[in-house]
Amino acid sequence: MDYALMQRVFPFFLEAAWITILLSVLTALLGLACAMLGTAARLSRFSLLRFIGAAYVSLFRGTPALIQLFILYFGGPQIGIQLDAFEAGVIGLGVNVGAYMTETMRGAIIAVDKGQGEAARTLGMSRWQAMRYVVLPQAMRMMIRPLGVNLNTLIKSTALVAAISVVELTYTAQRYIGSTYKPFEMFMIAGLLYMIIIYAVGLAVSWADRKARLN
Amino acid sequence: MGLDFTILPKYLDIVLLGALWTIAITLGAAVVSFFGGIFLAVIALYAPLLVRWPFRAFSFLFLGTPLLLQLFLIYFGLVQIGIDVPAFVAGVIGLGLHFAVYNSELFQTSILAVDKGQIEAARTLGLSRMQALRKVVVPQAVRAVIPPIGNNMIALLKDSALVSVIGVSELTLSAQRAIGSTYRPFEFYVLVAAIYYIINLGMEAVLRRVERRIQASK
Repeated sequence: MDYALMQRVFPFFLEAAWITILLSVLTALLGLACAMLGTAARLSRFSLLRFIGAAYVSLFRGTPALIQLFILYFGGPQIGIQLDAFEAGVIGLGVNVGAYMTETMRGAIIAVDKGQGEAARTLGMSRWQAMRYVVLPQAMRMMIRPLGVNLNTLIKSTALVAAISVVELTYTAQRYIGSTYKPFEMFMIAGLLYMIIIYAVGLAVSWADRKARLN
Repeated sequence: MGLDFTILPKYLDIVLLGALWTIAITLGAAVVSFFGGIFLAVIALYAPLLVRWPFRAFSFLFLGTPLLLQLFLIYFGLVQIGIDVPAFVAGVIGLGLHFAVYNSELFQTSILAVDKGQIEAARTLGLSRMQALRKVVVPQAVRAVIPPIGNNMIALLKDSALVSVIGVSELTLSAQRAIGSTYRPFEFYVLVAAIYYIINLGMEAVLRRVERRIQASK
């Protein structure tokens, strides 16, 4: 292992790691927003909305995220959507992970005992009130851990934007592998930084999960 | 520039050939990830410490890093140590190892879940430890975990698009070549997405059948 080289390139990787973190945060927020809409649609009373929700989940989970990204970034200009690589990365990955999170949220909501919602309705609550005050608080507790799994996958899939030349960790590693011919060293630096990010997020998720269970 | 899907039929044969390669690479990597997963699981559970430790480090590293990064490591790493393999082989190895680590996690839990009495009974009947594992424990463990392994295989199909980046001429790269000469990314990537979606539906259907058969044989 060429430690001198690793030391020399490390600052560039560190800078790239911030881009990866920024990408992950923005993508996670957009993903959560899409997932809330998706879940609301899938659990809606209206069959048209249910169909749209189901189509969203099926299409985005049934095709590679990389292709979705390419359609948006390379194909977008043809239909009048002009985005830079970073924006396309956030939107493409966010909408993609939203489909996975939709299934997580829906799963947690339908896992709440049916009697809970029915009891709330019998007590005179509206459908929305029953959802808001009785079902959702219980479902939230159950969805933290599986959403954490989605988040873990999401952080790793931010590497895909390297394919549209966003200068994040994987792109940086790829560039330095190309110029130094030291794949193992570059992999170790980038890998270490990814694992630190993932480990930190994992800790935060466990903490939130414990806290939610105590209440 | 508007959309013009009429250009697609002319390039359909190139794209479909790419789709065949995608299926081939998915099957190859699925086999590597299945048996690799069993192998890694058995090592993680039963091998002596000195063997177990390097494998654990490897799994830890592969669970915590993106597939794309791993593909770069394998493709350029093999070249660096003087093994010049075709991109296709590097892709199968990279995808296969990545998912072997994920499968191994599933196999480990299911191997541990096999009733202890099964091993004891096998040992009493005169089977060696290895035989008991191979003929009694692993077959039961594998059966129990087919549905989540199947989900990993479907994820593998979608992630196979990544090997286009290291130059494997599968579906995604074939489309990129066609785009290179037509400048129509939207049309071709939508076509490619549709093809992935169809292969995906096919895999899901096969998986459901396998699951039903396992249910029935219980």
